[in-house]
Amino acid sequence: MSYDAKISRRWIDQDAPQAASLMRSALASLWSPINGFLEWFGYLGIFGWQVMRSSVRRPFEGRELIRQLDEVGSKSLPLVALAGAAIGAVLALESRYSLIRFGAKSMLPAAIVFSIIHETGPIVTGLVVSGRVGAGIGAELGSMKVTEQIDAIEASGVNPYKLLAFTRILACILMLPLLTLAADFCGVVAGWIVDTLADPISFQKFLHAGLAGASFSDFLAPTFRTAVFGLIIGTIACFQGMRSEGGTEGVGRSATSSVVLASLFVILADVILVKFILVFFP
Amino acid sequence: MMQSGQAVTPLATENGDKHAVENAARNAAHPVAAPPVLLEGLHKSFGAQKVLNGIDLTVGNGETLVVLGRSGTGKSVLLKLIIGLQKPDSGSIRIHGQEVSSSGVEALNEIRKKMGFLFQHAALYDSLTVEENVAFPLRRNGNMSPSVRGDRVRGLLAGVGMQDHLKKMPSDLSGGMQKRVGLARALALDPGILLLDEPTAGLDPITSREIDDLILRLQEERDVASIVVTHDLHSAETIADRIVLLHQGNAVIEGTFEELDHSKDKFVAEFFRHDS
Repeated sequence: MSYDAKISRRWIDQDAPQAASLMRSALASLWSPINGFLEWFGYLGIFGWQVMRSSVRRPFEGRELIRQLDEVGSKSLPLVALAGAAIGAVLALESRYSLIRFGAKSMLPAAIVFSIIHETGPIVTGLVVSGRVGAGIGAELGSMKVTEQIDAIEASGVNPYKLLAFTRILACILMLPLLTLAADFCGVVAGWIVDTLADPISFQKFLHAGLAGASFSDFLAPTFRTAVFGLIIGTIACFQGMRSEGGTEGVGRSATSSVVLASLFVILADVILVKFILVFFP
Repeated sequence: MMQSGQAVTPLATENGDKHAVENAARNAAHPVAAPPVLLEGLHKSFGAQKVLNGIDLTVGNGETLVVLGRSGTGKSVLLKLIIGLQKPDSGSIRIHGQEVSSSGVEALNEIRKKMGFLFQHAALYDSLTVEENVAFPLRRNGNMSPSVRGDRVRGLLAGVGMQDHLKKMPSDLSGGMQKRVGLARALALDPGILLLDEPTAGLDPITSREIDDLILRLQEERDVASIVVTHDLHSAETIADRIVLLHQGNAVIEGTFEELDHSKDKFVAEFFRHDS
């Protein structure tokens, strides 16, 4: 072995334990978030099972469900309607000039109505409700958890998974499609107002042109897609809230993580469900 | 001071078998009845931290057992294990002979209805009024008509001196008032067992004495078996029939207040002279 090769070999021998240790710490830092994510999913699954199991047992918590329908539905309506209207107006403004450029101005009502009903209405409703309701549920249940109110419910012989979680999840599932309808309606009306300001057209004609060639499945599948968004928002927000710990700081973390995770999973579910709908409702 | 793993020191045995005689008399009066609370070999750890290391305890009918110990010795955990809010690592918890730790959800809820729990910070539902808080267990677990339920709620709140605050929200109440409402809620289902977690913590001496008097009055009127976790030696002296002192996960000594107060054990002596 040459002198140079001996020197290199010595360097390798000296550095090998250090390199192995670096490799181990790099792998550990890579594995830690994956492990945390898998663990989170596991606990979410257990939580979902506990909620499902509790939901089939009497009593059925009708009073609490009605309170939550009001909380999720009526109180989200103004924000959802406003967001829907804003999207409709922006769509009309943006699409108008593009369609005029391509000589397809007559397609404007159809472009607005289809894009609102198919995608923007459901996703905007999902994201707005993720923010408003997800944060609300996460903070409320988180606060109940850290002040032992959930323990007090359990100590009274009442199942908190049914009373607190199932009612909120069911309210989200039931209200999301209705809120989506409201967002769609406000979006179409706002689109028509913007369109008619530039080029007067009656609402009846606008709607007729917009819905020309549309079938019932164009309307039904995207709207009911939001029931899945409701399931995601309700489940994640309740789960994050009920596992909250660490005082007021923990409550803040629960509220934030509820919104972030619910929004993220709503977007992911949207991608998957759009593909699913295109396959089954071509 | 006793070492970890040693058995409970029944001071009664050293001091004339007073409790043994009382227990024998109680057992003779109810030869087949299981004790309201029976704990055997209870172990609980959180990660590497051992909180309870083989606790054995029995609480008889109408008896008030006070659990003392330094902060973090597992006193509140003990109460949460008894009511099934946490699961023990091993050991047995029997409520009137029914095993808590192996019970399913429905059976556990039935056992819980026999117990009233006062939480350290009262844990009142902050979206409900005082009246609704006390009515909550009744509404959920009973078949009472609204008028009967209303009468019972007002009666319970009158019993703790809160009859004039029915419509107030928990946030409008002082700490002592919240504890009183919490106590009324704990008594709503007329439980045979009361678990009180630091009932006088954070209260001024006058309010503490009022809460102690209230607990004594409840003992006389209702004959419930109570386990009271506290740091308040004055309160322990007032309300306890028997005291158990926890240290390092073990019940190091058990007896009346006077017996523990005159103990020669180094830890007990230190606790009773300096930890009040």
